[in-house]
Formats: sequence, C-alpha cells, structure tokens
Amino acid sequence: MTQHFLNSIFNENLALSFFLGICTFLAVSKRMETAIGVGLAVIAIQTVTVPINHLLYTFLLGKGALAWAGLADTDLSFLRLISFIGVIAATVQILEMVLDRYAPALFRALGIFLPLITVNCAILGGSLFMVERRYTLAESTVYGFGSGIGWALAIVGLAAIRERLKYSDIPKALQGLGVAFIVSGLMSMSFSAFARM
Amino acid sequence: MTRHIELVVRPIIDSNPITLQILGICSALAVTTSLSTALTMCAALTVVLMFANGIISLIRNHIPPAIRLIIQITIVASLVIVIDQILRAYAFELSQRLSIFVGLIVTNCIVLGRIEAFAMRNAVWPSVLDGLGNGIGYSVILATVASIRELLGTGTLLGYTILTTVRDGGWFEPLGFMLLAPSAFFIIGLLIWLVRSLKPSQIEQSEFRDLAQGKEMRS
Repeated sequence: MTQHFLNSIFNENLALSFFLGICTFLAVSKRMETAIGVGLAVIAIQTVTVPINHLLYTFLLGKGALAWAGLADTDLSFLRLISFIGVIAATVQILEMVLDRYAPALFRALGIFLPLITVNCAILGGSLFMVERRYTLAESTVYGFGSGIGWALAIVGLAAIRERLKYSDIPKALQGLGVAFIVSGLMSMSFSAFARM
Repeated sequence: MTRHIELVVRPIIDSNPITLQILGICSALAVTTSLSTALTMCAALTVVLMFANGIISLIRNHIPPAIRLIIQITIVASLVIVIDQILRAYAFELSQRLSIFVGLIVTNCIVLGRIEAFAMRNAVWPSVLDGLGNGIGYSVILATVASIRELLGTGTLLGYTILTTVRDGGWFEPLGFMLLAPSAFFIIGLLIWLVRSLKPSQIEQSEFRDLAQGKEMRS
C-alpha cells in the first residue's frame, strides 16, 4: 500500500507524467500563495471524490453492478462520465458550504479556486483512472489522496521556480508560457527519477 | 463572407488555442506519442467543439445565467459520450490507446472556453465556424508535436517506417526520450518560442522589466 501511495505521488504524478490539470497548472502557478491554495483544494476534492465515484461505479454503473436490485444484465458504464462530473460538481459545492461554515479563514484563502476545480481534468482523470485500473475501495482512497498530494507538490514546486524566474534573463519570445513549459519538462524528468523508489 | 473565413483561419496561428490562449493543453501533451492517436483525438475534439458551439449558440437566449455552467457541461458530456461510444464500436484498439483522454474532452478547457467566450454571444453559423477554426488550430499543434515525437522516437509515421532503425539493419538510433513525458513539455515549449519569434505581438510582457522601466522613468 505504501508502494501504491508513493507511486501515485511521484512516478504516476498526474500533472507531470499524465499531463492532467495542466491548464490550471500553468495558469495559476505564477505566485506561491495561490499555488498552495489550489494545491490544498485539489488534495481535498480528490481524496473525497475518488472513493465516492468508486462506490457509485461498483454499486450503480458498472457491468452487473445492479445485481442487488435484480437487474444483473444492466450495464450503465457509458453513463460514467456524466455521473462522475455530477459527483465532482456536487462535492465541490458541499465542501464550499462546509468550509464556509466551519473554517471561514481557509474558505477565504481558497476563494475562487474551489469552483474552478470542477473543470480541472486532474480530478475527473483520477476517477477515470480508478475505473480503468480496477482499484478496490481502499486502493482508490489511497490513490485519491496520493495523486492529490502529487499534483499539489508539482504546482507548488513550479510556482516557486517561476517566482525566481521573473528575475532571470530569458529570450523575449520564450518568456512566460514558453519557459514554464521547459521548466515543467525538467520537473517531469526529476519526478520520474523517483520511479524505482 | 470574409468575416466567416477569418473566423476559421484566425485561430490556426494568430490566436491559436494552445500556444496563445493556453487552453486544452492536457490532452495535447498526453496523446502525442503517435500520430494516429493524435489525429483521432483531433477529429474527436473538433467534432465535439463544432456541435457544442452550435447547440449552445442555438439555445443561448434561453439559458438562465445562474445555471449556465451545468447546462454547458451536460451538453458537452453527452456529445463526448456519443463520440466515445462510436470510437469503441468502430475503432476499439485506438480507443484503448487513447485511454481516458477522449472522456477528458468534457473538461477540456478549449470546449468550455470557446462556449463561454464565443457561442454564448454569437449566432449559430459563426459559432460552428469558430469551433471548426479552433479545432483546426488545436489539430495543427497536435499533429506537429506528434509527428516529431513519433518520427524521432520510433522512426515511423502513422506506423509506416520512415527512418530504418539500427535494430532493423538501418542507421537510425531511436530516441527513447521522445516517447517519455518530459519531451512533450519541451517540444511544446520550443514550438511556442518559434511561434512567438515569428509573431512578436504574442510575446508576454515581463513583470520585472516593466517595473525596472517604470523606475527609470521616475528617476
């Protein structure tokens, strides 16, 4: 299980080796504070949605999942995209309300990033990978938590590097987005160095 | 008429969704290890984009602003499910290699971005053309990256041998690195460098330089 956990953080990092959530990854990594905010939001949502979607898939959508209702032949798995997105949007909404009620400081710090998470492909990607790789409930909880941490780690690292990059002399046409890509490439190489851990 | 042509042509280089608008990069990087998966993905995305833009534009005056995101996502998700099922039925092997990335068109920011920015404010026909243009712009970048990666990584294009590898008795030593994740970041980074060198108007202003210039002016 530890192996599985470390794997989901480093070797199978959602951002750097599967390119998920890259739009957010590049767009909000200009400042350290915002990067930490998004990172935390992703960890929270990912840890909750992957296990929920696992339950949903096992007991409602998968092939033969409706056997408990006497419908053993029904295969609703084509509905998984739309139901996963629904679960994610609902979780985000609920988390927003809970945070607003019990942790207003954190809620204000996360601000606009919480709703944006709904359309972050790292979240939906995590759930789809869970189905494709047939994780058990325990495995998918660990996977959700680990992959969230991995994504957060990557964006915080990139933000730290980009803050320093502001003061370096970069060819004009490479500034901004171009160099962010090159840096992510280098980070991706360094993360894959953990492959044999 | 010229306006319509411009709608299709502009997003190809001048306001390319990937290099300028930073939209839809996730899938652009992931499916480019071979040209065939990249082209399938491009076709899927362009079709979804055209239909989504068209449908949203058709009902744009009837969507209540408060729940517009949900409506947009539902429409896009239904279109993606249809495409996904068609791929599974007629090109099963390709759909296996594309893994989860066809499904991820739902959260592809090009689709939602163009719906929000264009289809919500324009008539049906221009919206469809805008979808087509952005789809082509995305495809151009994807095809370029995929060609570079497949050619240098395995010596083939679309499965046909172009450069004979050493193992098959030729001279070409395949660069395994091209098939790994980091190379995609580098190639897109360099492509952006190229496009922006040719089109200097797309260069981003450095915050630090602006500050420095401001100080000079004050002193």
